[in-house]
Amino acid sequence: MTARIEPVVGRYAHLELEGKAHRVYFEEAGQGIPLLCLHTAGSDGRQFRAVLNDPAITQHYRVVAFDMPWHGKSSPPAGWEKGDYELTTTRYTDMIMTVARELGLDRPVVMGCSSGGRIVLDLAFKHARALRALVGLQSSAFGTRYYDPYWLNHAEVHGGQACGAVAYGLMSPLSPEAERWETVWHYMPGGPGVFSGDLYFYQVEGDIRSRLGEIDTSVCPLYLLTGEYDYSASPADTQAAAAKIMGAKVTIMKGLGHFPMSENPDAFLGHLRPVLEEIRSTTL
Amino acid sequence: MIDKLPELVNADPAIVRWGRHMNATFLVEVGEAQYLLTVRAGRIESVEKGPLVMRAWTFAIRASKESWDRFWCRVPEPGWSDLFALLRRGDVRFEGDQRVLMAYLLYLKLVLAAPRKLAA
Repeated sequence: MTARIEPVVGRYAHLELEGKAHRVYFEEAGQGIPLLCLHTAGSDGRQFRAVLNDPAITQHYRVVAFDMPWHGKSSPPAGWEKGDYELTTTRYTDMIMTVARELGLDRPVVMGCSSGGRIVLDLAFKHARALRALVGLQSSAFGTRYYDPYWLNHAEVHGGQACGAVAYGLMSPLSPEAERWETVWHYMPGGPGVFSGDLYFYQVEGDIRSRLGEIDTSVCPLYLLTGEYDYSASPADTQAAAAKIMGAKVTIMKGLGHFPMSENPDAFLGHLRPVLEEIRSTTL
Repeated sequence: MIDKLPELVNADPAIVRWGRHMNATFLVEVGEAQYLLTVRAGRIESVEKGPLVMRAWTFAIRASKESWDRFWCRVPEPGWSDLFALLRRGDVRFEGDQRVLMAYLLYLKLVLAAPRKLAA
């Protein structure tokens, strides 16, 4: 065998969500403190390929990235053809806590990006004691609906191309071309209505502004890392949320955009490694 | 900048491919200046500079000259890096048939960003 094989292992977990059987795909690498990674709306766990492949992280962390049901290699539940997919705060939070429990992740660090960075804020006040630390990438307390996701799931618009076009612009023009287009590719095979179903949570239902004051970072530390080129969850959006959360630690990542872990892995890892090192040395 | 689009786009197959099913005429406004662009199979067939009176178009994209100038920097600053960045700022308006605009969004983003290659 001459191929270079990554240390990342992909498997399927069978678990119940909302009373329905689900087959959920996840990838993992490393040993140690569980680090559960949440991909962005309309994409899948491949976005965390560099984190899963970083020995500096995997020597201390068991990194797990799962594809949310309906995304990537995780199927929707039986009967999906009869209704629309729509993500909500409760569904998302319950999904994350169920996946963590069923995969045996004890007090994991949870890191999510974009809609994943939003739900991290919900976890911060609902499940702080069950989590070791939280890392929000491109976190905001609410999303402005500046374009209409109606067109992302329309029979006369190619959903893959339209979703890819939305993702394309959110990245930094300074990020490497190949990594940017790979990130676009992760958006193009999404199921019909899945990205827009996630955006229901991100842009409509999941407004968490009124709950930010309930977050206690002395129970569960909260790190917020945001790329400066993101106009969906901009540095100003992250800073506005952080201003209402005592103890939240904000890093603005110069030259990065909305998908830092995927669009420019090397630059992102430079920001993430010290955060994970601090979590490892200051939390139990 | 807009008048250079035929040579910038038509010579770049990596842009043309995303518009290969597009056959439409659309309006771009750079402040007061109007440009009517006709696309045939992903190639910019013509750019007509206004003023235009009673001309038909499928959709229009309108932004101030200052916004386009910042958008067309070789390396645009955060907030001016993408057509939807201008949309989020409220600096661009889309009118007309949004379906066609969204069907060719990736193509249009690449076409309208192409003048960055000419920036100093």
